[in-house]
Amino acid sequence: MIRFLIKGLFRDKSRSRLPIIVVAIGVMLTVFLHAYITGFMGDTIEMNARFSNGHVKVMTRAYAENMDQNPNDLALLDVQNLKIELQQLFPDMRWAERIQFGGLVDVPDEEGNTRAQGPAIGLGLDLLSPDTKEIQRLNLEGSLVRGNLPARPGEVLASDIFSQRLGIKPGDPITLIGSTMEGGLSIHNFIVAGTLSFGVEVMDRGTVIADIEDVRLALDMYDAAGEVIGFFPDGFYDDHLAKKVSGVFNSIYDAEAGEFMPVMKSLSEQGTMGTYVQLAKVWSWYITLVFVIAMSLVLWNAGLLGGLRRYGEIGVRLAMGEEKGHVYRSMIWESVFVGLVGSLLGTTLGLTIAAYIQVHGIDISGMMEGASLMMPSEIRTRITPMDYYIGFFPGLLSTVTGTMLAGIGIYKRQTARLFKELEA
Amino acid sequence: MEIIRIKNLTKRFPMGKGEFTALRDINLEFGTGEFAGLIGPSGSGKTTLLNIVGSLDVPSEGEVFVLGKSIGNLSSREAAQLRKKNMGFIFQSYNLLQVHTVFENVEFPLLLLKYNATERKKMVMDALEWVGLTDKEKSKPPQLSGGECQRVAIARAMVKRPSLVLADEPTANLDAKNSHHILQTMEKLNRELKTTFLFATHDDKVINYLHRKIYLLDGRVDNEEIVEHSQIIQS
Ligand SMILES: Nc1ncnc2c1ncn2[C@@H]1O[C@H](COP(=O)(O)OP(=O)(O)OP(=O)(O)O)[C@@H](O)[C@H]1O
Ligand SMILES: [Mg+2]
Repeated sequence: MIRFLIKGLFRDKSRSRLPIIVVAIGVMLTVFLHAYITGFMGDTIEMNARFSNGHVKVMTRAYAENMDQNPNDLALLDVQNLKIELQQLFPDMRWAERIQFGGLVDVPDEEGNTRAQGPAIGLGLDLLSPDTKEIQRLNLEGSLVRGNLPARPGEVLASDIFSQRLGIKPGDPITLIGSTMEGGLSIHNFIVAGTLSFGVEVMDRGTVIADIEDVRLALDMYDAAGEVIGFFPDGFYDDHLAKKVSGVFNSIYDAEAGEFMPVMKSLSEQGTMGTYVQLAKVWSWYITLVFVIAMSLVLWNAGLLGGLRRYGEIGVRLAMGEEKGHVYRSMIWESVFVGLVGSLLGTTLGLTIAAYIQVHGIDISGMMEGASLMMPSEIRTRITPMDYYIGFFPGLLSTVTGTMLAGIGIYKRQTARLFKELEA
Repeated sequence: MEIIRIKNLTKRFPMGKGEFTALRDINLEFGTGEFAGLIGPSGSGKTTLLNIVGSLDVPSEGEVFVLGKSIGNLSSREAAQLRKKNMGFIFQSYNLLQVHTVFENVEFPLLLLKYNATERKKMVMDALEWVGLTDKEKSKPPQLSGGECQRVAIARAMVKRPSLVLADEPTANLDAKNSHHILQTMEKLNRELKTTFLFATHDDKVINYLHRKIYLLDGRVDNEEIVEHSQIIQS
């Protein structure tokens, strides 16, 4: 009997192959969309991580409390040793020192008098070490509008909009006025090597990027850094992991020891980022849920139609004395098989495509030209553990539920009508 | 031996707010080996009566006994058992399983009855021989003519050697030549296996083969006619 049913299932393409393909496509779309949304939401988080928050950030406890003011008088000291220690504790992670500071950019004329002036956000990072990851991390090369990247100490990058407002071009000297770590006045001269456009409003308004050693020199911050930020090797923020890492670190650096002791905070523990991470999660859940429900309805319907289409066959089987429960169960098992195979196939396909796009990305910068919003210029998916099972909700559950509902017709239906129905 | 006994059978269907009486006070008996038919115009109640005898529906009033079992008192499981063991059905539109071979279609009732493979093979080949289709055992219904399909359906109904075969308009989709062919086949099986056949029809070709003709009109037995085939029935 079972062999008979299996034969029927495999030979009848509208009972096996077709529904499996329909289920597989639905599941594939669900898995892919979920990976895509996760990727897209993640991109915004990654952008913030790369520019300022890191996946985790180490600061002094005092600095952490006033993080948005970049209080460099509370900066970390003895940073080289701290970095070595971090590398030993978390060998998989990548660490980068950063100094964020506020200042005034002064543009002198030939006689040395002020020609133009504007407030700037300064960012000191490793531009000049041969093995620096920062240039790539911030996509500085790709954001260059005029000039070149700094090749030697004393050269800086300025945002293009800002430099146009101040009337400066690559090769021009500028003076950076700020305050040293000790609170004294710092005046330091730089040469503009190139100008940048990030496509990110806050960064383009007035940013100056200098090599961190130059900044240390200017602000008297020998072997100090406002922050050491860490990144996961695969380049994706994982809130759970970040909190675990910071937990380990913070348990070693005891809070008792004073406000200059380092403390690590995950991206979600920094300012408003926590809200955003939460929001991104909720949104990707929401969109995914809507899609899963939509896909479920489609597949449920397919299950229903599949059941109804077999009215005739089921009628004959009942007339020949097969019990209702037996017919019903055999239909359910068939739909379990179809749902399972379809979901496995669809998940594999969806994951394959998502994995390809996760690695290679789809360049959409052509479409993005002239866009002023902060939008990633590449579509990237992001595979999370959920992608391995999310497709089974529409794929398996809905198909089986659809068949179950269609099958109720077997019970409800009066056997009395069989002859009539079978006359058609 | 008596195989069907119908006593004061009335069947009503709900219709709108009221009821529609499809069968009124029917009294009939059928013995083993009869070749009988319900004859009447459309709407006279032929299918309704066949349904009740086939345990696919229940009487509203009166009693129907098939093989000693009262149809009105069977659970759906018991009704299924009765059909599985003792009844074969032949439909106007064949209703074969399209993706299964001729052999598998005929084999299906035996699977329900849990015969083993050797028994099944033998019984299916016998049944196909009765209807003259041994050379088509591997074909599938879409490759067969209408007449051949109906012969497969007869083999399927007969393979388990049921006591009773119910055939509702079995020739309605067939031409004259094929109609005669399948009627001769059924008459032969009736003769050789003593299977009781009960038809529902208004086709003259079928009527001419019947040994007992029951005329229905508006849900009543209007007239009954027994054709003298006594020598055939006796032999
Ligand atoms: N399930 C049902 N519900 C309501 N009315 C029904 C039902 N089944 C049959 N009837 C009615 O009962 C009457 C007899 O129907 P039945 O199908 O038995 O006729 P028939 O003699 O088989 O006709 P035909 O030659 O057209 O097949 C018809 O008027 C039909 O409309
Ligand atoms: Mg009828």
